[in-house]
Amino acid sequence: MSDILVDIQHLTFKRGDRVIYDDMSMQFQRGKVTAIMGPSGIGKTTLLRLIGGQLKPEQGKILINGQDIPTLNRKDLYKARQKMGMLFQSGALFSDMSVYDNVAFPIREHTRLPEEIIRLMVLMKLEAVGLRGARDLMPAELSGGMARRAALARAIALDPQLIMYDEPFAGQDPISMGVIVRLIRSLNNALGLTSVVVSHDVNEVMSIADYVYVVAEQKVIGQGTPDELRAHPSALVQQFLQGQSDGPVPFHFKAASYSAELMELAK
Amino acid sequence: MIVDKLQQLGQHSIAKIQGMGRATLMLFGALVAWPTPRKSFPLLLKQLYVVGVLSLLIILVSGLFIGMVLALQGYTVLSKFGAEQMLGPLVALSLLRELGPVVTALLFAGRAGSALTAEIGLMKATEQLSGMEMMAVDPLRRIIAPRFWAGVISMPLLALIFTAVGILGGHLVGVDWLGVDGGGYWSAMQANVDFQQDILNGVIKSVVFALIVTWIALHKGFDAVPTSEGISQATTQTVVTSSLAVLGFDFILTAVMFGG
Ligand SMILES: Nc1ncnc2c1ncn2[C@@H]1O[C@H](COP(=O)(O)OP(=O)(O)O)[C@@H](O)[C@H]1O
Ligand SMILES: [Mg+2]
Repeated sequence: MSDILVDIQHLTFKRGDRVIYDDMSMQFQRGKVTAIMGPSGIGKTTLLRLIGGQLKPEQGKILINGQDIPTLNRKDLYKARQKMGMLFQSGALFSDMSVYDNVAFPIREHTRLPEEIIRLMVLMKLEAVGLRGARDLMPAELSGGMARRAALARAIALDPQLIMYDEPFAGQDPISMGVIVRLIRSLNNALGLTSVVVSHDVNEVMSIADYVYVVAEQKVIGQGTPDELRAHPSALVQQFLQGQSDGPVPFHFKAASYSAELMELAK
Repeated sequence: MIVDKLQQLGQHSIAKIQGMGRATLMLFGALVAWPTPRKSFPLLLKQLYVVGVLSLLIILVSGLFIGMVLALQGYTVLSKFGAEQMLGPLVALSLLRELGPVVTALLFAGRAGSALTAEIGLMKATEQLSGMEMMAVDPLRRIIAPRFWAGVISMPLLALIFTAVGILGGHLVGVDWLGVDGGGYWSAMQANVDFQQDILNGVIKSVVFALIVTWIALHKGFDAVPTSEGISQATTQTVVTSSLAVLGFDFILTAVMFGG
């Protein structure tokens, strides 16, 4: 078995005319937490959707366990997805089901286990995220942090190989942030998962990731362990890590020069 | 100038046709799968309740009032010619052939269609559909298919209920209030209503309307721009588009069934 679970090779992806990724490659090691960092709007969510097969790249391969995801037919793609868990930014809990039923949903859909066993599995996952007591609540009754943890319990319900977190820290108070940071690490170790964390929260990511990719301008601009990155020579990488608002990465979305536009309006 | 307008028109038409293509693909994706009764049946039952049973009240009340109005209007005209005994057939035929299927479809579009669109649009906006897809469950089969069948099954039944209640409403006004002969109301109706010509054609109409309204509602939700504005637009479009489509198809079907 190779050490690499996900192997992205020469990926090119466009939205209309806009190039999101241009010939980008990265690898995720089995059993490790790999983080992908980059400013908002760079295409981090898009990357997770590409890995999950919800979007198809223009060019390049996305190999998971040696299977090229974009070329799979529907049936094989759905099989492959059963081995992935994805935690959406919003949690994406089904609003018409209780927390318990949300976590039971993938188990009921993909297995024919009797209810008692399902119950056991669901309670185990809820215990792992600390929400066993919240099983009867509806998603609308949960706080943001709790919703994300409930969604996490659902994402690991079928013990996937790979779990992808989309901005797990965004919009969390410091306490639930700490809870989620610890959860990602401990679940990764306890369940033997391979985790991918997509985020722009530098400190949290640097504290849990085994390996980090920094993405900007359609490609990987820096990679390495957190320590290697801190010593990275590139000005771009340093700007991002230190959170300076302007530098090689411009603060402004690409636009015509401001003065030119004002002159245009004055005419 | 003219070229611009033509170009706009062309773009508009292409967008419309693309939309219809997407709608067809959606329906196809939802319906090709062989149903698995163990899973599909409970889902269908739930939707029959949400889409059908919850629409019952508005159908009952509207049916009653439309039947009463028909009898009242019909009586004033018929009595001028001394033909009050034809009130039964008048009420029954208007309801069976036209008002039952059409008004039910319009009410259904407003009551259940808009709700379907909003529900599915919101599911899309909150990533519930994407989430389901990532859990290897096809939202077309899990979400769209049971709602589609629930709409297609319940609307013809609602139209029949609407018609039955309307006929009772006609009786209430015509016989109990205005004093038309009760036995005549029923026997003239029985003599003048033909099973195939009137009842079957009415049912066919409402099946067609059910397909149209449910399909439009589901597609508008599934295709909605996933923002609050997008969902509100999609909901409005569902009601407007499906109402117009129902009226248009009603004319065509009427011409085919009763025109020659
Ligand atoms: N459905 C879509 N249609 C067109 N463009 C999109 C769509 N979703 C995202 N984009 C564009 O793709 C870019 C990357 O989006 P995303 O992956 O969500 O970024 P991130 O998650 O890094 O903030 C964004 O700039 C956005 O404008
Ligand atoms: Mg994102």
